[in-house]
Order: sequence, then C-alpha cells, then structure tokens
Amino acid sequence: MIAYLIRRILYAIPILIGVNLLTFALFFVINTPDDMARVQLGMKRVTPEAIEKWKEQRGYDKPLMFNTQAAGSDKLTDTIFFQKSASMFVFDFGYSDDGRSISREILTRMLPSLVIALPTFVLGLMFYVTFALLMTLFRGTALDVAGVTLCVLLMSISSLFYIIGGQFVVSKLWHWVPISGYAGGADSLRFILLPVLIGIVAGIGSSSRWYRTIFLEEVGRDYVRTARAKGLSELRVLFKHVLKNAMIPILTGVVAVIPLLFMGSLLTESFFGIPGLGSYTIDAIQAQDFGVVRAMVFLGSALYIVGLILTDISYTVVDPRVRLQ
Amino acid sequence: MKWLIFIPMLLLTACDGGLWNNPYPAHDTEQAGKSQSVYYTVFTERPKHLDPAQAYSENEFIFLAQIYQPPLQYHYLKRPYALVPQAASAMPRVRYLDKNNRPLPDNAAAELVAYSVYEIHLKHDLKYQPHPAFARDAEGKLEYHGLSKKEIGRRYTLNDFPNSGTREVTAADYAYQIKRLVHPAIHTPISGLMSEYIVGLKEYAATLQKARQPDSAGLLDLDKYPLEGVQVVDKHTYRIKVYGKYPQFAYWLAMPFFSPMPVEAERFYAQEGMQQKNLTLDWWPVGSGPYYLSENNPNQRMVLTRNPNFSGEAYPLEGEPGDREAGLLADAGKSLPLIDKVVFSLEKETIPYWNKFLQGYYDVAGISSDSFDQAVSMSVSGEANVSEEMRAQGIRLSTSVATSTHYMGFNFLDATVGGNSERARKLRRALAIAIDYEEFISIFANGRGVSAQSPLPPGIFGYREGEAGLNRYVYDWVNGAPKRKSITEAQKLLREAGYANGLDEKTGQPLVIYLDTTATGVGNKSRLDWLRKQFDKINVQLVPRATDYNRFQDKIRRGDTQMFYLGWNADYPDPENFFFLLHGPQGKVAKGGENAANYHNPEFDRLFELMKNMTNSPQRQEIIDRMLEILHRDSPWLWGFHPKDFVLRHSWLYNSKPNKLANNSLKYLRIDAAQRDELRRQWNQPLLWPLWLGGIVLLLSGWGLWRVLRQREEAT
Repeated sequence: MIAYLIRRILYAIPILIGVNLLTFALFFVINTPDDMARVQLGMKRVTPEAIEKWKEQRGYDKPLMFNTQAAGSDKLTDTIFFQKSASMFVFDFGYSDDGRSISREILTRMLPSLVIALPTFVLGLMFYVTFALLMTLFRGTALDVAGVTLCVLLMSISSLFYIIGGQFVVSKLWHWVPISGYAGGADSLRFILLPVLIGIVAGIGSSSRWYRTIFLEEVGRDYVRTARAKGLSELRVLFKHVLKNAMIPILTGVVAVIPLLFMGSLLTESFFGIPGLGSYTIDAIQAQDFGVVRAMVFLGSALYIVGLILTDISYTVVDPRVRLQ
Repeated sequence: MKWLIFIPMLLLTACDGGLWNNPYPAHDTEQAGKSQSVYYTVFTERPKHLDPAQAYSENEFIFLAQIYQPPLQYHYLKRPYALVPQAASAMPRVRYLDKNNRPLPDNAAAELVAYSVYEIHLKHDLKYQPHPAFARDAEGKLEYHGLSKKEIGRRYTLNDFPNSGTREVTAADYAYQIKRLVHPAIHTPISGLMSEYIVGLKEYAATLQKARQPDSAGLLDLDKYPLEGVQVVDKHTYRIKVYGKYPQFAYWLAMPFFSPMPVEAERFYAQEGMQQKNLTLDWWPVGSGPYYLSENNPNQRMVLTRNPNFSGEAYPLEGEPGDREAGLLADAGKSLPLIDKVVFSLEKETIPYWNKFLQGYYDVAGISSDSFDQAVSMSVSGEANVSEEMRAQGIRLSTSVATSTHYMGFNFLDATVGGNSERARKLRRALAIAIDYEEFISIFANGRGVSAQSPLPPGIFGYREGEAGLNRYVYDWVNGAPKRKSITEAQKLLREAGYANGLDEKTGQPLVIYLDTTATGVGNKSRLDWLRKQFDKINVQLVPRATDYNRFQDKIRRGDTQMFYLGWNADYPDPENFFFLLHGPQGKVAKGGENAANYHNPEFDRLFELMKNMTNSPQRQEIIDRMLEILHRDSPWLWGFHPKDFVLRHSWLYNSKPNKLANNSLKYLRIDAAQRDELRRQWNQPLLWPLWLGGIVLLLSGWGLWRVLRQREEAT
C-alpha cells in the first residue's frame, strides 16, 4: 500500500503543475498586470507611474512565461509564471496583492469554515443515511411516498431560501440564536446551530434520495434474503448488513469531499458572517488578486487529490477484498 | 430528537441572563470589571490599507480617521463645512513669498505668489497610543526592536507583546510622514499631486528611488535625506512650503495622509519575520487619535478602543442654527471621546444587517432598496419620514445630500456628440432634456437623490440654491420649483442639430448613440431599459455597451467612447475639486488626467485657473457663476444627480449628525447603554412555545415510528 500511495502522490505533481498552468493561462487571458494594478490602486488619481511601481513591487513587471531578454535558464525562471508558481509546491503561498500573508490568512480562516462544515457533514450524513434507510424499510408504503415527496420538495427549494427563511423564523421571529456572527470557543455553539441546521435541511432532499436508491438496490440481493431467512429483524438487516454492503458507493461520494470541508461555503458564510474561507477565492477573483486565486486553486486541487487517495484507502477498510497495489 | 439537544444548550447560553440572540460576547461591554460604553456598527468591505500614506477610500478612512490625528479637521456641527484645528493648536499661519523668497502681503495677487508657507504649531499634550514599538526595558532601550525571527516566534497580534509604551507626538513625526508620501516602497495615491505642490517633493522621490538600499533594519532611513519643502522648526512646530498660492492645501491637512508617523513604528514593523505574521504598519496603525485598533480581524470584526493617552479635545461649543434645539449641543465642552469602544462587525449581506439593526444590535443602519418601504414613508410633498413601525421602536431618520455627483459624460473627442460646435451643443442639450433624472431618482433610488444642475453638489462653495442655481438650458422655474423643459423643446434642439425626428439629415440614417457602462448585472437591465426609453422619446437610438471595469477604463483612457457613466466623491469641500474634472489641461486622453469627458473650453480653463487660487468671496462666486453658465451651455455632462443618504438611528444614540466630509465623527457620539439594554431585552425575548411544540411533535413522531416498527416486527 505504501508503494501505491507514493505512486499516487507522484502522479499528483504533474496534475498540480497542469492545474497551475491552466489557472495562470485563464487568469492572464482575461487580465493583464496593468488591469490588476488599476483594480488594486482604485479609480482616483492613478498615474501610469503608480501602475509601473505597483507591478515592479509585486513582480508583475516580468514577462508572463518566457523571458527573451534573460540568459540561460533565466529565460524560464525570470518570469511571472515561475516566480509565482515554484514556491507553491512547498506550500509557500507568498503574499496577496494587498500585502497580507496568504498562508496566514488561510490558516486563520480555515477553522471557522471547518467548525460549520464538519458538524454539517457528520450530522447530515448520519441523518440522510438513517432517513434513507427508513424510507427503504417502508418502501412501497404511504410513508415511503411521503418521504420521497418531501425529498423532491426540499430539493426544489433554493439554498438561499433556507438561509433567509431560517434566519427570519429562528432568529428574527423566535429570537433563539443570533442572526449572524461568530465567536471562538464554546460560545461558537450559538452561532453555528442555525447554519448547521440549515445546511443539514438543505441537503436532505438530494442526499437521502441518492442513498435510498443505493439501499433499494442492495435490499434485493441474495445475502439480504439469507439474512431475513436466518430470522434477523428488518432493522438489523438494514442497519447492519445493507448499510455495510452499500458503503462503497457511499464512500465514493463522501470521502473525497472531506478535505474540501476546509474550503468553506460561500453563501452560508456570507449570510451568517462566518469568517471562513468560503468567500476568499471569490473576493480574490473580483479583486483580480492572482496571488490568492492561484493559491486557492492549488490548495483545492491538492485537497481533492488527498480526498481521492483517502477514498481509495477507505475502500480497503470497508471491503477486505480491495487491495491497493 | 435533535431538538431535545438544543434545549439545554440554549438554556445554558441563557444562564447569564443574556439574550439568546445577542451576537456579542459579554466582555465587549466590560473591562477590568467596569462597564463600558460601546457603539456597535458595521463594515461591509474589508479595508485594503490602514497605512495613512496609502489609504484613500471611505472604508479605510472610517478606521484611520479615529486613530490618526492630522493637524486639521472639519467642524463637526457647522455648515458649510469649515476647518478647525485637530492636532494643531491653531489654524496654520500662511505666509506668501515671491520667487526670491521675499515676504508678500496676505492679499497678494496669485500670480505674484511663488511660494506659500504653512506654519503649523502642534498642541503640547499629544501622545501616541500604547504600543509595543515604544516599550522600553529597564535600561531604557526599545524592548521590541532588533528582535530575531525566533523571538518574534508565535506573536500574531500586538496583544502578544506583553509590554507597551508611548511617547509625545512631535513635529518631526509629521515631517516624517510627508516624506513617506514618496517612499519608493509605498503607493500613495496623492504622491503625484503633492509632488506638484510641496517644494522639493518630486526631487525627493527621485533621491529616495536612487538610495533604495535599505539599512540593516530593512528600512530606508528617511531622516538621512532632508526635504526642502518641509522644515521642523522646533519640537512642536513645522513648516510646509508649497508652490504658488494653493488655498486647498489646508483641506489636505485634514486627511490622514498628513498624520504623524513615529519612526519607531516603522522600524518595529520592518523587522524580519513581522510581515509573515501580517504585523505591518499597513495593518496595525500607530496613532495618537481618540481610539486605537485593539482587535483586527477584517474577516469578522474590527474593534476600536479608547486611547488612554488621548486628551485635550472637547465637544464643540457651537453649531449651526437648530443644533441646540436638536440636542446636539447637550454635551458641549465635555471631554472626547464619549464612547469607550467601537465594535465594527463585517456584514456582507443587507438582510442580516437590517434585521440585527431592528433587534437593537446595531446602533445605526443605512437603508437598502429591499427595506426602504418598511423603513420610510414619503409624504405627498416628497418629504421622507420613518414609517409607523420604525417610529414605534423610537428609530429616527436623518438625511443628507452627499458631496458627490453621479453623471453621464459625453466624450468631447467624438465626432457626433463631442466638440464645441453649436450643432453638438444642441444635440447634447436635447439629450439632457430628454433624460428625466427626476424619474430616475424616483424609480431607482426611492427618491434618495437631488437632480444636479451642475457638477457642484449642495454644501460646496459656489452651489446656488433655487432659481439662481437653475440650469436654464434644461429647466424652467415654475411655481417656485425647477421644471424640466418639454420634449418638444428637446425635439426642436435635435432638429436644429441636424437630426430631425432622430434621423441624420445628411445620411438619412437614424442617430445611434453608444453608452459605455460597467453595469453588467441582471439588476441593471431595468435601468438600461429605462434609459433606452428616455432616448426613444426623441427617436434617438441608444446602444448600451456593458463591459467589465478593466475594459471600461481602457476605453475611457483611449477616448473610445461616446457616452459613459461615472461619479465623483469630493476630497474636500471646494469647487476646484469638482471643476477640475472638466479642466482642459487634465484631459484623460491627452494628459491622463481626471477629465474623462476630455472637455476643453479655453474660457472655462482660464476662469478655472483664476478661481482655483482664490479664497471664498463674492468675486470667487461671480467667477464660478460664469463657469457654470459655460458648462450649462456646453453641456459636457448630463449632470445626473447628487445621492441623498438616509441613515436610521436608535433612540439611545445621541449627537449623531451627518457630516459627509469628516470621517472622525465617532468621538462625538454618545450612547445611553442602559436604555439600549432595556429595549434590547424587550425586543428579543425568546419565543418558547415553538421549542416545546417541536419537542412534542418529535417525541410523538419517534413514538409513532417505534410503534409501527414493532408492529412490523411482530407481523413477520
């Protein structure tokens, strides 16, 4: 397994270089360093000298990918692409265009994102699986129809509606929790209750229907019939045997997103005033801050690769037949 | 069953007697066991810069203006806006010199004045906020200077430095900051402008550029390089020498650019390892103002705390007529600031912001379009009042016209709409009549604006109220109010311009006008549709060319536009700060200046040169009137409108008066915290029945499910 993991990590390097190259190309097809300078310097009293100075200070006065004026290897290394990309492979993200340390910013904002995303993910998963198993248990009955109808209904509603509606009812009318805001430590509980609840409710429709489909496929298999023939209760059949055997497709969808929980949610964090990573990339795109955009895309790609490797490892845990070679 | 878990959690939260939905920690209102007066407000966008040499936007000034003390400030209550001393002990004394540096009388003609010298005396009791940059050890050495990266270690905020110190603010600190305006590593938005005025600053920039090698502390030692135009006379006096007569310079002295900067702060932050922790002067200001930045988390909240070393400023003793009756002089003479702490919370979305204001968790709020009808009722005469719902909560409304203008410009380089020909003037005036800005304000701004008669907004010298200020080319004065001329008049002008019924009489082709705008969102479609209809009134076709900000700026720079949308916020309350947007020598295409319309009229330019160096007087007003007449006739802009700001405030907030130019107004505000606590308590009692009902429903559902399951098990 170690050899397999090393091989996967080595595969990741060209993928990350490719992602980096693509991000660079897409960004600079749309923006020029002059555009970036103008956005940063604002609209009033911006002189051409100020633009040149801004570019020089941040290394955007170099050629994009190939420096014809340089000699030897400097032709490739004395460029914006190389200067801005090489350090990322040791996770040194440098500074944003307004002079802040990107690594520090990511570390600071990661935790609040995780505080919301992790309980939403764990509690949500537990609820969706339980709800889907209950629908499977009552398959073909009025309860199943009601459950599926509820799922379709919940899927049809925009997540923004859940947020605004939840804030209106729970915070504004009932005064149970703050409408928005965040605090560290134990006090954070008051602030995360509502976004977590809304996150779970918003996911019920799609997730529960998906798990129900998986479970329905499993309950028709021979081992389930055998289990029932042995006299096991239906609950035990479902929660022990069916759930265990349905883990592979569940894990495929679930484990890969675990590392991405750090990246936060734009809408939730914006409406609830959570100081997380959710809006960091979007804000950077709007501000044409290439330093932050490349760092976040790189980090997202790296985390996704980690997620896929974890998914492979998780297969070996739930299914002894799977071996990583 | 999850609801059952919430109950003890919520109850636990409520154990301290606090409100469940209170978003603030209890320690906000307490320090060392003493109750503090706290003002709660918001910021909607994180500031980019907190270095007074770099910051130039409102969302940065709102913090910096409380922290730094430039020599001057605007009087909080008086209107029209007037400068008064802040760090200075009196208004600067200005002496005029001829080209041989010989003194001239105070009333010397502008053309004789080669230099103006501003002599500024500082108050003697000014001290910096407590800051580790000033902390000294037992031997009297600066404790946190010369730290190694290891010693900086895990320090991420200023609170991680246990000791702090202070020192007196000196004239040398003000001189140091002026030098920083052209520091090669700092982008100062006004460095180009100031280099044109402060004697020797342009050359000083070149000197620093050459001497760019920093010293061992990573710092370019500005004290090694003298600046000709800035002279430190003694510990509390300095002089600034500017070219010619430039009365507007005093206004710049009220902006954070001219704040004091202690060299210890620069040296402290320049240490290796500080920037990696985001410990920079651009992020952790060091000032002598009424507040200092005690908490700096731009992703969540920024907190200003009373500077214990601040003293020597009192609430104004006089205001404008009506201020005393409005209670704005109740605190006259009291020491400032009146509030101990200001908590700014980041609110990106308007809905939570608005609801938290209604719950009493913000002391003031603006009004978004979504909430306008809920908050404001308009009388038949167009007067805005708070709605009944707001009045019941004791909420009050204050309105003020912003010192800014939103306009649509014509590109004077364009063959169709530009130029000084009578044909082009008539075409522009026809469009000016057709586009009904009163309707625009009513539909798209909920009535929050004033149609502009010229670039000058109310409150700026030169602006004339009523009929005297009327743009007679677009309006008539009817029954004591301006009335837009009829469409027939616009059609007549269009015909005279050679476009009868919207057709070019030479080619017979319809007249098509292109409008460049950055309004690309779905929400802007209705505005553009409305604008098309305005053009349709005179059979002119409008083609909006929506584009992103970069392309738009490119087009403006190249003069590749016909019409465009722009706006301008006043830097200072002087007509020069608006007229320069139409000054020929500052044309965007030719000179890269701020005159985006590339308007050029020799007579206007001549009058501008004359007017800009004058102090406010009837003679200046007369010249301005002549300039306005030229602008009305030439119509290089559709004058657009001046936005009107509506601000709601709770009954427990006192001394709040809109001041569109002073950003340092927080020190004047007062809060009745007891009243706020009481009203918050009344408005935010948690409603418990849904909790019990939810619990019962869940219990019954669980029980029902369990019963069904048991029955199924028994059946098999």
